[in-house]
Amino acid sequence: MRWLAAIGRELLGMFVDDGRDSVAILGWLAAMWLLSRQNLPSPLVPALLFAGLACILVESAARRARKGRAR
Amino acid sequence: MTLDWTHAAPSMLAAFLASLVEFVEAMTIVLAVGAVRGWRGALGGTGLALLVLLGLVMAFGPALAEIPQDWVQLGVGTLLLLFGMRWLRKAILRSAGILPLHDESAAYANEIGAQRRRGGIGRGWDAVAVATSFKITMLEGIEVVFIVIAVGAAAPGLLLPAAIGALAALLLVIALGLALHRPVATIPENTLKFVVGILLSAFGTFWVGEGMRLHWPGADLSLLALNAGFLAAAFLAAKLSRRV
Repeated sequence: MRWLAAIGRELLGMFVDDGRDSVAILGWLAAMWLLSRQNLPSPLVPALLFAGLACILVESAARRARKGRAR
Repeated sequence: MTLDWTHAAPSMLAAFLASLVEFVEAMTIVLAVGAVRGWRGALGGTGLALLVLLGLVMAFGPALAEIPQDWVQLGVGTLLLLFGMRWLRKAILRSAGILPLHDESAAYANEIGAQRRRGGIGRGWDAVAVATSFKITMLEGIEVVFIVIAVGAAAPGLLLPAAIGALAALLLVIALGLALHRPVATIPENTLKFVVGILLSAFGTFWVGEGMRLHWPGADLSLLALNAGFLAAAFLAAKLSRRV
């Protein structure tokens, strides 16, 4: 079972580095999915989808940088 | 069958570049194992892993075609975003000097030392060499399999270009290994990861949007805008990270 757990950890590690980032991305996608069910003007939701993801990326890198080079 | 190059070319490029990075890392370890413990076990373990990986692509790639495309695009797009943004974030932090760059020469030297310390090299098939080469090729190759399936399964006809991209990278790395007999330390690995991270993040965003049935302005051409957008965000993130 140890090798199975190791494979599971490797697979999870492919997608999750910083848990906070992953939760933010999944939360943003869920919010956009809810918005996509509304009758909003056409380019608004795609633009919001990208803008939110770009903000998550920039905030995540800056937050990690603030923690310093020690980790 | 006509190929939509707006999707096929980026799929092939993303699979090629990502596979290049992963296979170079695997080759470093396989070369070290072969140099210390013999080539029979090193190449045997690598070949076995490549067969398993090929089986995974052949099993899961076509199987995804049985699932409704909206679901596949939403699921694959979400995984591509998680995967691509993780790569991109790491590449940004490395380019800003926050994380150390990956050093193939150091990895090679470490593995040479590790293999020598294990000792007990016998005749015939060396179990340690087979196991080490199998494990590293599987670990790096599973990411290649994911990328090939993810960028290939979200729309009809993309699996083949993605698989060709990965295969081309494999052949290039094998050719470099045979020619050099040492790790490829000069490859700009972080730049490649930066580019692949942008491509996969853009793909992921596009497929998620398609899965939600959003209407992208300019349809497929919006992929170019997404790439430009993630590139700008990555440069901004790198600049902010350097200032800290």
